[in-house]
Amino acid sequence: MKKIFAFALALCMLFALAGCGSSKTLTLNVYNWGEYISDGSEGSLDTIKAFESWYAETYGEKVKVNYTTYASNEDMYAKLSSGAVSYDVIIPSDYMIARLAGENMLLPLDFSNIPNYEYIGEEFRGLYYDPDNVYSVPYTYGVVGVIYNAAVVDEADAEGWDLMWNDKYAGEILQFNNSRDAFATAMYKIGIDVNTTDRAEWDRALAELKTQAPLVKSYVMDEIYNMMESGEAAVGAYYAGDYFTMLDAQAEGVDLRFYYPERTNYFFDAMCIPSCCQQKELAEIFINFMLSEEPAIANAEYIYYASPNSLVYENEAYQEELGEEAMAVLYPGVGDFRAMYNELAYQNLDADTLGYINTLWESLKIS
Amino acid sequence: MKTASRIYTGLVMLFLFAPIAILLVFSFNDSKSLSVFSEFSLHWYRELFRDSETLGAVRNTLILAVSAALISTVMGTAAAVGIHKLKNRYLRAAMDSVTNIPMINPDIITGISLMLMFVFVGRLFGAATSLNFATMLIAHITFCLPYVILQVLPKLQQMDKSLPEAAMDLGCTPMRAFLKVEVPEIMPGIVTGLIMAFTLSLDDFVISYFTAGNGFQTLPIRIYNMTKKTVTPKMYALATIIFFVILILLLLSNLSDADTVQAVRTAREKKKAKKHD
Repeated sequence: MKKIFAFALALCMLFALAGCGSSKTLTLNVYNWGEYISDGSEGSLDTIKAFESWYAETYGEKVKVNYTTYASNEDMYAKLSSGAVSYDVIIPSDYMIARLAGENMLLPLDFSNIPNYEYIGEEFRGLYYDPDNVYSVPYTYGVVGVIYNAAVVDEADAEGWDLMWNDKYAGEILQFNNSRDAFATAMYKIGIDVNTTDRAEWDRALAELKTQAPLVKSYVMDEIYNMMESGEAAVGAYYAGDYFTMLDAQAEGVDLRFYYPERTNYFFDAMCIPSCCQQKELAEIFINFMLSEEPAIANAEYIYYASPNSLVYENEAYQEELGEEAMAVLYPGVGDFRAMYNELAYQNLDADTLGYINTLWESLKIS
Repeated sequence: MKTASRIYTGLVMLFLFAPIAILLVFSFNDSKSLSVFSEFSLHWYRELFRDSETLGAVRNTLILAVSAALISTVMGTAAAVGIHKLKNRYLRAAMDSVTNIPMINPDIITGISLMLMFVFVGRLFGAATSLNFATMLIAHITFCLPYVILQVLPKLQQMDKSLPEAAMDLGCTPMRAFLKVEVPEIMPGIVTGLIMAFTLSLDDFVISYFTAGNGFQTLPIRIYNMTKKTVTPKMYALATIIFFVILILLLLSNLSDADTVQAVRTAREKKKAKKHD
């Protein structure tokens, strides 16, 4: 038994050593959302490969990017806080950045290594999750809007959040299957702050969702693609960029359209360096590379969310590639973006409130 | 009655295989949609083979599955031989139950407890990162082992005990008797165990999810993580390929099983014939 144990241990050591032994090539561990970078499919630029060869040319040293993905902010947070892994670059969403920064899990960036930060639009700096621009470099942002099938829905009804509560379309409406997003639609509709900690306000939002419930066909997340494309459902809220994915695949006789309600959700995903980082300078160089023109445009075209990088949204070839309609939808050009965003975006709620929301959500799903 | 039973069987088959059939059909769809079949094309297969990240994940999954299957087969066979040789009935029953625990345990519990153990041991040795390929391999071997043991043990019980004894009588060392006589006898069990371990390791998600470190991501984890955006039809193409690979493996394993049943039967008949002589 002892011998087997010793052997197993020796084997582990061997693997560990093999990992370190080849340290002639640098390793950069990048942890990102799935399908959230241009990966060379459909003739696009493979951004990771491009970085590796660019680095080898510029610095004469080889770098290997270990690129792995996660499905949600919470998954990423769990992995990071287990202390069992080390990542050099992560791309969480806004509220998660605020949480990570609050828990000292992010390192302040050295912006002298990220000169391309100057291309980030002025209105996308100093947002609530990183008010002093210390920890994060914005990667993408998006806005939730309402998608509807014009073959079923009367053009006159397509306005505000009311469309999702319109009993003319009972059994045609899709609602988010995720407490925060579903509650937010009701709260934007009746004008409550989505970050309130007042339980009475959440109760009011629940009452609103309960009046909607009989009209709802089903509560969905990414099933919405197929249901909207096939015409199985006619009304649903989702992210602007994803509307175009549905538009590309809509069935015959389906005529998908999109609009923004006045008050709606904005989100940001931004590049950060977690405190377990082992290659801080290299990570900053990577972030800088992602902000440079070619990779930034490739990513924006692949992900199809809006980019906060002026090299992208002011680029004529990019604007042409997207077309006028897509530009108008992806970049709605709201006056004072920062004020708007800081008022309407989700912020991290305390555990108590989150627990309460989940209780309400369950009561809605059960009834 | 006969038609009723046929319809019933048909329905069962339909529910079992309709999802796979749909996936198969839509992997050849030209457009991205799952609702509209626009045109037959190999578009997504081409895209799949251009996607280096996904291919990397496939490679990782295969490396892991092959090594986990090989190691757990060797260890499992040794364990089965050991358990088979135990004289004490109670001890043997106890060993049987102990080996079954990882099989009965929910994956999520195996996964979390393994992760905690790796983190704990890693901290003990002061490592910055404790999860890597090796930890994932250990985890996979852990859950594959009982399946191998379960395949090999019955073959050992079927085997005529006097065979290795006869070999040793005729001058074989115990090692040689084991390798030349016992192993060929239990080979079908070993092969089935190997194939089972391979397929189990191939499609494991939960345990891998908890024990994966940075830089080594398997295919099931990669697909799961695509849910922020929608899963691309490339994955249908990949799933179709995997389905056929597994199907072939299963057929092979069943064939090898059928062979042994046949072999045992003819051996018995020969024996009977000899007794009658």
